[in-house]
Amino acid sequence: MQRFILIRFLQGIFALWVITIIVFGISRSTGDPAAIFLGIDASAETVADFRERWGLDEPIIVQYGLYMGRMLRGDLGESLRYPELGAGGAVFDRLPATIYLAGASLLFALAFGIPLGVLGAVRRDSSYDQVGKIIALLGQSMPNFWLGLMMMWLFAVNLGWLPTSGTGGVKHFIMPTITLGSFQVAAIARLVRSSMLETLDSEYVKLARIKGVSEYKVIWKHCFRNAALTPLTYFGVIAAVVMTGSVTTETVFNWPGTGLLAFQSVLSRDFGLIQALVLVFSGMFIASSFLVDVLYAYLDPRIRYN
Amino acid sequence: MADQSVTGAQSGEILVYQPSRVRQARRLAARAWLLPKFAVLLLLVVLVVPALFADIIAPYGPLEAPGGIRNRLQPPVFAGGTSDHILGTDKTGRDMLSRILHGSRISIFISAVGIAIAGSVGITLGVIAGYYGGKIDALIMRLVDVSLSIPPVLLALALATALSPSFRTVIIVVGALLWSIYCRQVRGDTLQVMQQDYIDRARVAGASGIRIMFRHILPNITNTLIVLATLQVGFVILLEAGLSFLGVGLSRPTPAWGLMVADGRDVIITAWWVALWPGLAIMLTVFGFNLLGDWLRDRLDPRLRQL
Repeated sequence: MQRFILIRFLQGIFALWVITIIVFGISRSTGDPAAIFLGIDASAETVADFRERWGLDEPIIVQYGLYMGRMLRGDLGESLRYPELGAGGAVFDRLPATIYLAGASLLFALAFGIPLGVLGAVRRDSSYDQVGKIIALLGQSMPNFWLGLMMMWLFAVNLGWLPTSGTGGVKHFIMPTITLGSFQVAAIARLVRSSMLETLDSEYVKLARIKGVSEYKVIWKHCFRNAALTPLTYFGVIAAVVMTGSVTTETVFNWPGTGLLAFQSVLSRDFGLIQALVLVFSGMFIASSFLVDVLYAYLDPRIRYN
Repeated sequence: MADQSVTGAQSGEILVYQPSRVRQARRLAARAWLLPKFAVLLLLVVLVVPALFADIIAPYGPLEAPGGIRNRLQPPVFAGGTSDHILGTDKTGRDMLSRILHGSRISIFISAVGIAIAGSVGITLGVIAGYYGGKIDALIMRLVDVSLSIPPVLLALALATALSPSFRTVIIVVGALLWSIYCRQVRGDTLQVMQQDYIDRARVAGASGIRIMFRHILPNITNTLIVLATLQVGFVILLEAGLSFLGVGLSRPTPAWGLMVADGRDVIITAWWVALWPGLAIMLTVFGFNLLGDWLRDRLDPRLRQL
């Protein structure tokens, strides 16, 4: 087990290292990194200073060494838009807003996805199950930014029930949460349904029923506990989709998180900031899939790793 | 329903004729017959026919603004507009219907090129990893892990900032994201096929590694690949739409559906139709591919049900 954790940890570090190479490669891909980082209207003095600091006249290996040295010391580079905060500071400044929104939409997805999936499995092939499947499939076919816009038009512009954008009270959370979580509701419902179907078919569930255990207990205590493991493995994927979706969702609703920051930094061509965002998000994603793997190994003793 | 009666018989239960079961089985069979036809019909109407005949069906060109700027933001015909523009016009006076019809070509093109590139890279590496195993396998699988842990939209944002938003950026992002999914699937399938006797026999008969990989293994895993590709078209269309919406995918004035939704965002308060139609086109297309993919999966490869 410890060996497994160690190996998975090293694999995560390796992945992060390769990602730094890719990001570094992109920044050096067009010939003049100074032009990418500083924009075209930077003064000659700034450019010279920049070239000096990042060792742009040195061989590419030395440049990468300098770059990695800074990254390891926690310096994620500078940002055009936020010269005082630096790229790393700007990202961490905006991170809480994104985490709140992502957390809210994950809760929303679990609160709706699990009951829908369980019900679909228990009433397999009933008309409820059929309608549920079609709705889940439709939900996974919708671009989330479009859903957000349509809700905005209906609930904010037409009916005036909800604020169009920005942050504030609980009301501000409703539309962004649904926009970001809708895809996950469908994904979780489908996963829970298929793994519940498998467990409902197993011998110990039949035994529990023969013993006369109540249907409620059979479903939620005997089946669901086991069936919940499969969706757990997808939690890493779901977390990644939420982070990715946060860019479009936050852009639609002007939500001041990292997603909106990413969009704004493209508009102002702030490559330093984008680079920091890619690294922070990849790191978070790698960490979450590592945790899920370890958790999974603890929760399911049947799994053995070599 | 058939499988339930089989397991019932195997576990020694007595099969009882249940009229409700029979009726249900009939209903399911009827749906199994209808579902793929509905999916194909949907795709033909929304995607294929428009893409093939956009020049003939569309009343105007995709970039043409017939009435000039004065004709901007005309509502659809059922909301007080004229029959000149059935679905209304956008903020520069271009016909919505014509742009959506022409946009289908872009969706098809992006998904075809993206999946072809990602598929050929992923399949080749996957077969190699599964066939040779050992260090080569370990290396390829680590690369798969890496590519699965890069947030795709952010990668696209980085590429678009460094290079510039273009068709090429979209294809790179799609390829970088999808090859690993093929690679993992193909590797697993290859390992399974490798256990078959005929692989050993081919080897005894003197077939080379490349011949075994491409003549003996690959044909036996094509079912999975067809299912995977179908399910991924929807994903690629959504990804492209998202990238274009953010301004890092295709650039204006291309009639890409994602870009058109982005245009609609600016005028959402006054003109809902500008955002509604292209989004609807995306949704129906992706829905069609998902339906078709689900059906193919159940038909060709039930092992994939978790996807």
